[in-house]
Parts: sequence; C-alpha cells; structure tokens
Amino acid sequence: MIGLVFEQALNGLQLGVTLFLMAAGLTLVFGIMNLVNLAHGSLYMVGAYLWVAFAKLTGSYVAGVLLALLGTLAVGIAVELVALRTLYERDHLDQVLATFGLILFFNELVAMIWGRAALYAALPAWLSGHVELGELRYPLYRLAIILVGLAVAALLWWVVVRTRLGMLIRAGASNRTMVAALGVNIRLLYTVVFGFGAALAGLAGIMAGPIYSVQPGMGELILIQVFVVIVIGGIGSIRGALAGALIVGMVDTLGRAFLKPLLATFWSPVVADTAGPALASMLIYMLMAAVLALRPEGLFPARA
Amino acid sequence: MRKIMHAAAAAGLALAVAALPAAAQQKVRIGFITTLSGPQGVIGEHMKNSVELALDHLGRKIGGLDVEVIYGDDQAKPDVGKQVADEMIKKHNVDFVAGVIWSNVMMAVSPAVTGAGKIMVGTNAGPSPLAGEQCHELHVNVSWQNDQTPEAMGKYMSDAGITDVYVMAPNYQAGKDMVTGFKRFFKGRIVDEVYTKFGQTDYQAEISQLRAKNPKAVFVFYPGGMGIQFLKQYDQAGLRGKIPLYSVYTVDEISLPAVGEAALGQWETRFWSPDLKNPANEKYVSDYRKKFGKWPVFYGAQSYDGIMLIDSAVRAVKGNLKDTKALVRAMRQANFNSVRGKFAFNNNNHPIQNFYLLRAEKDASGELVMKIQKTVFENHKDAYHQDCKLKW
Repeated sequence: MIGLVFEQALNGLQLGVTLFLMAAGLTLVFGIMNLVNLAHGSLYMVGAYLWVAFAKLTGSYVAGVLLALLGTLAVGIAVELVALRTLYERDHLDQVLATFGLILFFNELVAMIWGRAALYAALPAWLSGHVELGELRYPLYRLAIILVGLAVAALLWWVVVRTRLGMLIRAGASNRTMVAALGVNIRLLYTVVFGFGAALAGLAGIMAGPIYSVQPGMGELILIQVFVVIVIGGIGSIRGALAGALIVGMVDTLGRAFLKPLLATFWSPVVADTAGPALASMLIYMLMAAVLALRPEGLFPARA
Repeated sequence: MRKIMHAAAAAGLALAVAALPAAAQQKVRIGFITTLSGPQGVIGEHMKNSVELALDHLGRKIGGLDVEVIYGDDQAKPDVGKQVADEMIKKHNVDFVAGVIWSNVMMAVSPAVTGAGKIMVGTNAGPSPLAGEQCHELHVNVSWQNDQTPEAMGKYMSDAGITDVYVMAPNYQAGKDMVTGFKRFFKGRIVDEVYTKFGQTDYQAEISQLRAKNPKAVFVFYPGGMGIQFLKQYDQAGLRGKIPLYSVYTVDEISLPAVGEAALGQWETRFWSPDLKNPANEKYVSDYRKKFGKWPVFYGAQSYDGIMLIDSAVRAVKGNLKDTKALVRAMRQANFNSVRGKFAFNNNNHPIQNFYLLRAEKDASGELVMKIQKTVFENHKDAYHQDCKLKW
C-alpha cells in the first residue's frame, strides 16, 4: 500500500510539472501583458508536431527536441508580432475571441499539413525502460519528465529572481506603466516573454508527444487544467504557477486513484462506483472554487 | 415589341419557377452528419470519404436519380448536431439524414429527424433506447447496437475460460453501455470496474492502480484519441505482454498507425474487418486504398453501406421519395451487397449480424493490420429488440 501511494505521488508530481511548464508561460503573459491567451494550448500542439516532424527528419530524438524548441519559439514570436500586438490595449473579451480564432487557425493548419489522424510518436530505446526501486517499477520516461520539469522550474526561478531580465519581468508584472516610463523597451520585453512562454508550452508538448496522442486539438484538452492551475496559484506569479501545478497534479492523481476505495469504506461499493469517478473528475474544480471563495487573488498573488 | 418581350420574359420566368418543384423531385437529397472538426474529425473524414466512394461506385446516382449530399459537422456535440439536422430538414429539404458517430448526438438528432417525418439512417451510434422502447419506424440503424460488440468480447473471453478481469471505460453513456454488454455474456470474475473522465489524456494513475490489483486480463473501451493514449501508456508501463489486453472500439485502422508496435497482439471484436472475404468488401477496401491512400475503418464501411442501403430502397420504390413507409419497408429487406456480407434487419430496424474476433498482427509487408481470427456470434440480435413495439 505504501508503495502504491508513493507511486501515485510520483504520478501526481509528473502531471504537476507538465502542467507547470504550460502554466508558467500562460501566467507570465497574463500577468505582464494583461493578455488572455487561449491559444497557449496551440503552442503545446505545435511543439509536439514539430518534434515528430524534426525527429523523423533528423532521425535523432535529441536533435528533434532542440529543433522543435527553436521552432516553437519562432512560432510564438511570430504569433506575438503578427496577431497579439494589436490586442494588448483591447479588453479581455476581444482577446478571448481573437485567440480562440488562433486555436481554430492552428488546428486547421496542422490538419492541412499533417492530416487529421493522430501521428505515430515513439520513444527512443534509451528512454523506454523502467526504473526498479524496490517493488516499484516506474517508467523511465515519466521519471525523466519529472527531472526535466523540476530543472526548468529551478532555471526559471533563477532567471526571474537573479537576472536583469527577471527583474524586468517582475517589475512588468507589478506595474507595467512604471516600467515603460523608466525607459524599458516594453514591446521587446513582451515579445521575449511571449516567445519563451511559447517555448515552455512547446517543451510540454514535446514531452507529451510520446505518451499522449499527437493530433489536432490536443492542446485544448490540457488547457482547461492549466487555467485552473493559474487561478489557484495566482495570476501572474511563477511561484503560484508552480504551487498550483503541483497541487492540481497531486489532487487530480490521488483523487482518481484513491477516492473510490475511500468512499467504499464509508458507503456501499455501489455508491462509491457512481460517485467516485464523478467526484474525482470534479475535485480540481471544487478546489478552484474554494480558493476563489477564500483567496480570490490566488494562493501566491503576483501583486501582493 | 417591348411589351411582348416583357410578357415572354415573365412567362419564361413563371415556367421556370413552376418547373422547380418538379425538378426537385428528381433529385435525392441526403444530409450526412458527422464530426469533421476537432480531435475526432479524422473519423468524420473516413465516413465522408466512404460516402463519396459509394457515390462513385453508384455512378453519382441514387436509385437512378441525381443526388445531392449535404455534409454537416456536429462538432461531437448533441446541440450542434440537432441544429445541423434541423437546418438540413428545413432549409435543404433533405429526404434522408444519415451518419452520426456519437450516441449522445444520436439521441438528439434522431427524434428531430423522425419527428419531421424524414428517415434517419444511423451509420455508427447505436444507443440502447433507440433499439428498445424509443425505437421508431423511420429510424434505421445500419451499423450495430452499442452492446453487441462488447457482448461478443464477453462471450469470447468467457468461452476461453478467462477470469479475474479488470474493466475500464470512460464515464459516459456509451462507456456504461459497453460494460453492461460485456457483463451480459462474461461469466468470469471481475476484479474491478473503473470509469475515467471522458477525454482524459493521462492514465498513469489508473494503470498504477490496475497493476496493484494484479488481474489476469484487462478489458477496455477507449475510442479515438483516448485509446491511442491508453495503449501507449499501458505499453510504457511494461504491462503489454504481461497482462493481456482485450478491447472494443479501441484499436482500429485509425489508431493502429499512431500506436504502432504498442498495439501488437491486441484483441478486439467487430462486425467487420478489411480482411472480411466477400466481393463487395474486396472492392470497397481496394478502391478505398487506391483513392485515399490508407486503410478504411469500420466507421467508413458502415457509411458506405448506409449509402448503398438508401440506393437499394430508392430503387425499390422507383424514385417515389414521398412514400417514406415504403422506403423503410424496402430498406428492411437489406437488399444490397453489404461489405459485411448478407445480413438482416430485426423488428427494431437494427441489424442481425455476425461478430468476429480480431487481432492486431503484422502482414507480409510488416504493416500492422487487424486480422479476423474466428466468428464469435452468428446472426446476433441486440438485447433490446423485445422492448421495441414495432411489428412488420
């Protein structure tokens, strides 16, 4: 039992870091540029598709990952320059409409280039084994995702806290007008932040490629959870995104795994069978509602 | 002179207008509803391709009449599906509405169509209410009733003496139907029944729970992208080859190329497969591969049959599209060369047909294909037809 709980905690951690990679970019864009970007999931999809394409082209997993990262970065910058620049001054409804349009655009574009059928995306042999920890057998690839996710989180923390760019990002999140008044090229900052947010979403997509289904619309499936993460964590805050992602990952995973057996010990198995799965899929939304009621700014608000 | 010109023009116009309804009579209009956008759009693409191929084979005529097919995208949503159906009936004045992938969409679309006095030809979804108490004389299903396919798997696994089975499905109507159908014929022990969220992408938590229970076999229903994800993750968890996996609607010609080797050895049951031996099927499969460059899938085979069925009925009533009763009566004869071979309609307008056991194997060229292993059911009826009051 202890082994199983530990394994499920690892699963929760893995889901959490994947969500964090998506949430980090989304929350920065929202916090700094005041832009609601529904198309963030499209960049995740673009990352996965570019990885499949480049890995096939070069025949190397690592080269595929690097090229796909650069590719998503480029796509993100292009989207910012062409489409999103005009939206910063508009209200949120306009932004939602326009970025929803981008979702449709990217889904159809991907379908036109690669077709609607899901693509084949396999793991390289050196990542497809297992790690044995006592009685625990954990997929190596999932472990790699956890490590990469935590490394990226540490790197982001270092950039945001220790570098000049990070200082500007934090300043931008607190007071945009002031940063611009001090002579900082805010447009360039926006492009850089959006580009790196896109690359992070792309990285999440790349890592998701071998375990999920690489197909048009794959980004929207994860995007809803990511919004829950940034609402719980506090919009605009990297720290909040990390905390929110880990909480959502853990709650969702442990709920799916243990809520039904837990309910069965209190009520009849029949009740547990019907209520368990329904409750488990609602848990993160109930959590979000509770956070919104008690701390509307989120757990770690950016402008505290 | 000018007056005469005007009069002639007016007369010509009047004639043209008067001729319109007559011309309209000479054309068969079919509204075909499927999912053409979003993650499930790939299924709709196969269905649309198969409709077009059927029309090619029929010389672009239905029962000898000109035909117009209006395609509609339900976006896999019941409300959108109903809107599309209403528009087809009111604006395009269609004679038939066909297609529909999803059971919940069908529950919204079929009453709208039959309520307007038009014929519904279902080419995928087979929800249990429409086969039982809510059956309708104008609702014809040319695919299967949802429960039938898992019933075949339950029967096969029971006969093979397999027990201690772990059951998984998405938490929605069809998921429950599939498990109900499975349990109707499976007599062994079920270790646990797990329902996951519809559209879930990650199954690692459920797979960890599954392994902890140490079952002897696993039965799942995960259509579309859910199946691709589940199979990959099952394989990566090191369970393939350890705990045999049996499924329905999870591994097909759409998911096989995306799943690859992770599907090798997978068991499925189905009413049709590309390797089913009959002349209609051989023609369908080889022409589909020639025209579209890929294997057809059962969704397409059913849609091809749907068009052929409509053609046979229009031919039988000699183009009198007004007489919907006669059209349905003609359809019930199933007097056409189905890709599944000969089959019959039950009193509830649902097929009585064979079900086969399939396995994912490599063919001579090393490509992964589904191959028929044996017949599980012959002339299998669905479990709900007694609840249907229709008599013919």
